Amino acid sequence: MIGDRAPSVASPVLSLVSSPQSSLMTQIPASLITLTIGVVVTLISLWVGQNHGLLPEQASEQAPLVDSLFNLMITIGTALFIVVEGAILWFLIRFRRPKGDDSDGLPIDGNLPLEAFWTAIPAVIVIAVAVYSVNVFQEMGGLAPDSHFMMGHKSPDAVVAQAPTGTSPVAGDTLPLLADDATVLADGSTIAPGEIEYGYGANPVGSGKVPDLLVDVTGIQYAWLFNYPDDGIVTGELHVPVDRTVQLRINAQDVIHSFWVPQFRLKQDAIPGEETGLRFTATKVGEYPVVCAELCGSYHGAMRSRVIVHEQADYDTWVAQNAPNPTASSGTVAVNPVMNTADMSDRQYLTPMAETLGVDAHALAHLHESDS
Amino acid sequence: MAQAQLPMNPETVDNPSEHKAWKWYDYFTFNVDHKVIGIQYLVLSFVFYLIGGLMAVVMRSELSTPDPDVIDPTLYNALLTNHGTIMIFLWIVPAAIGGFGNYLIPLMIGARDMAFPKLNALAFWLNPPAGLLILGSFFFGGAQAGWTAYPPLSEITANTAQSMWILAIVLVGTSSILGSVNFLVTLIKMRVPSMKLVDMPLFCWSMVATSVLALASTPVLAAGLVLLLFDINFGTAFFKPDEGGNLIIYQHLFWFYSHPAVYLMILPIFGIMSEVVPVHARKPIFGYKAIAYSSLAICIVGLFVWVHHMFTSGTPPWMRLFFTVSTLIVAVPTGVKIFSWVATLWGGKIRFTSAMLFAVGLLSMFVFGGISGVTLGTAAFDVHVHDTYYVVAHFHYVLFGGSVFGIYAAFYHWFPKMTGRMMNEGLGKLHFILTFIGTNLTFLPMHELGLQGMPRRVAMYDPAFTFINQICTVGAYLLAISVVPFIINLLWSWKRGDVAGDNPWNALTLEWTTNSPPIIENWEVLPVLRHGPYEYGMNGQSSEGAIETPEDAPVA
Ligand SMILES: [Cu+2]
Ligand SMILES: [Cu+2]
Repeated sequence: MIGDRAPSVASPVLSLVSSPQSSLMTQIPASLITLTIGVVVTLISLWVGQNHGLLPEQASEQAPLVDSLFNLMITIGTALFIVVEGAILWFLIRFRRPKGDDSDGLPIDGNLPLEAFWTAIPAVIVIAVAVYSVNVFQEMGGLAPDSHFMMGHKSPDAVVAQAPTGTSPVAGDTLPLLADDATVLADGSTIAPGEIEYGYGANPVGSGKVPDLLVDVTGIQYAWLFNYPDDGIVTGELHVPVDRTVQLRINAQDVIHSFWVPQFRLKQDAIPGEETGLRFTATKVGEYPVVCAELCGSYHGAMRSRVIVHEQADYDTWVAQNAPNPTASSGTVAVNPVMNTADMSDRQYLTPMAETLGVDAHALAHLHESDS
Repeated sequence: MAQAQLPMNPETVDNPSEHKAWKWYDYFTFNVDHKVIGIQYLVLSFVFYLIGGLMAVVMRSELSTPDPDVIDPTLYNALLTNHGTIMIFLWIVPAAIGGFGNYLIPLMIGARDMAFPKLNALAFWLNPPAGLLILGSFFFGGAQAGWTAYPPLSEITANTAQSMWILAIVLVGTSSILGSVNFLVTLIKMRVPSMKLVDMPLFCWSMVATSVLALASTPVLAAGLVLLLFDINFGTAFFKPDEGGNLIIYQHLFWFYSHPAVYLMILPIFGIMSEVVPVHARKPIFGYKAIAYSSLAICIVGLFVWVHHMFTSGTPPWMRLFFTVSTLIVAVPTGVKIFSWVATLWGGKIRFTSAMLFAVGLLSMFVFGGISGVTLGTAAFDVHVHDTYYVVAHFHYVLFGGSVFGIYAAFYHWFPKMTGRMMNEGLGKLHFILTFIGTNLTFLPMHELGLQGMPRRVAMYDPAFTFINQICTVGAYLLAISVVPFIINLLWSWKRGDVAGDNPWNALTLEWTTNSPPIIENWEVLPVLRHGPYEYGMNGQSSEGAIETPEDAPVA
């Protein structure tokens, strides 16, 4: 019973493809079938990897990087999926019990070469994916979250160097990368080292550059506040110029939130007491959602805002319209008429939006109780 | 091979001569019989499965429209928190480990009971109060900070309910520690003398790995939660950043346990797979040692991957990279198991029983969940989908398509042993078809929701996602309906099912050598191991009379 039906141990892979006692199969060389299946599966997987259409549009420099990693994994995953599910289905059909047959199957309880094969192949695959993902992580700026030094920007809580062109968003483009320690600049002023240890910073190419725009992001239940320290603007929507490097400093006031722009493929938690950061370059003019991704309370799902990516000229106009009178002291904060200041309660904040959010007055009152 | 039949254990239970079977009321008492305890776990956890499922149905109803118009968002958060908590701590873990683990381990190794029967009963009886605490917390608003209970949210929301929630988790955690000690000692010390470690059924191996993991990780969770409890109730500031506390530490403590917790929920299921597939495919398990050792590999590597839940949190770059690599490595031993089960099918005489259908369904969906898990394991891609419906989709493929399907397979496979009656195959197949379609309908579209930009744990969402959410909701209703034929089957078969006999599947593991249901001390005369657990078609064994064969086959 054992001898005549046991498959060849020498060619473990082929033995899976060739099935015993199948007259059709034995007429065609198993290697040819394997090859054909291999080519077809590869072609399908490559096509799926490029054309799955599952991801939203790409609107930042990081987005194509993240997507290339996803596409690679989808390609490999599709191939694995087809092969394994195909094998399962085929075996289920091929080896279903014939009616009335109560005997046992083939007494095969292992095959060392085959087991070594399917341990080694996944190991190689995951190592390849790991290496590629590390590369993508680096290209995205994941290795340098602290590279955000904000010279050229008037930040209320940092010692800031005087940049040549003042508050223009392109200011400081040519300044050299600063070392980890406080650095003395050409004009004698010092700059504090970056405090951001977590998030995404400059990519290897951009590591010598200073971000064009610094925005302080604060998460509160249930809104995002964007503070432009250079321009004195505080707003509930993020406005940025296209093709410029933007550095976000992310904080949270009450609980943990998470800043996410799906079209940018970037996310970073906003953690009370622990500043984090994100540096990105928007590559496409348009409006994209800003989503809170960390459970932060009852109206977590309503903690949505927008990022508006402008052409440079439009951005300058927006700044001009929203910035406080330039002669006023830099401490003055421009108030966006829609989104108001940080000391609003959740209820005050949510009330104007209650209609669109589908929140009723009772829920708002309740909300107020629960956060007191 | 020892041929002498061992005499019956002279020690007796309290009153064995009076009856050979327990009465119904024994199941409501502090009974120390592992079989009673196993069934207590199964029944209690199944009740909580229904409660947790009901919560999911309410949530999916809420999500059929973008606005929070069905329930209050506060209640929604309480439901999502306790749905997760119940499904993990009061359904999958107690059913798979407490239920099938307790019922089967002594039977599979030829022991009359667990090593510490009273401890075993104590471990079970920690669960009902935990369940009551969870249910009772709803009178105080219910814990609303997610099953992760991240501070500060968990410290400022529904304090009483959150405290009750913490106590409940500490209770089940203690139960899990007691149970793990018991499993390890039992498996090491109480096997029949003729059974070496490598003769154990693979379910026993998976319980070794599970117990080690639970012992290593559960105390850390307990520590984190007790600190949280102190912060909430006694004015400490471990996790209060404005008083010098640190929020990230909590996340490390939590995930150091809770990543291994996913293996607590899947390793016993892997063990169930390794029992169910060979029996119904009539094939020896393919690669016994590879499957046994890969459980241990998963257990060890699984202790060093927890930060993949924190790739967007306060974690430095080196950590994000280190844990990317360690996470991806887990795919290798997991793949070994999957390939081994697939290869076990090859050359079999596959019987499409309900147990086998659920096992194969598990296999097909776990492959998918495994692949999506690899994508999530890379920090560079996780940055996009972390805390989105993509994650929800992934872990439901693994925990519903995986763990719950495995528990169903185990029910169909061992119900005849537990009750002495067969389950109805027609109802079983209906149950499988509804569950399989429902699972994919509910959770497959969620991947796209997450990729497109829908975060998880929201009661209201961007109207652009309405259609896909409605598909998921329909799937969830189908899943709710799918439980009905199963419950009918359980109740009807328990009373009226065909009489099963000792070994209805012609299986080779030791639990099938005793009566169905087994007598109080499992065997009149302890069994002697004459063959390995999976020697179908081998060494002159046939499916008929394998156990009674007069030939003295070598062990494994
Ligand atoms: Cu939030
Ligand atoms: Cu994990």
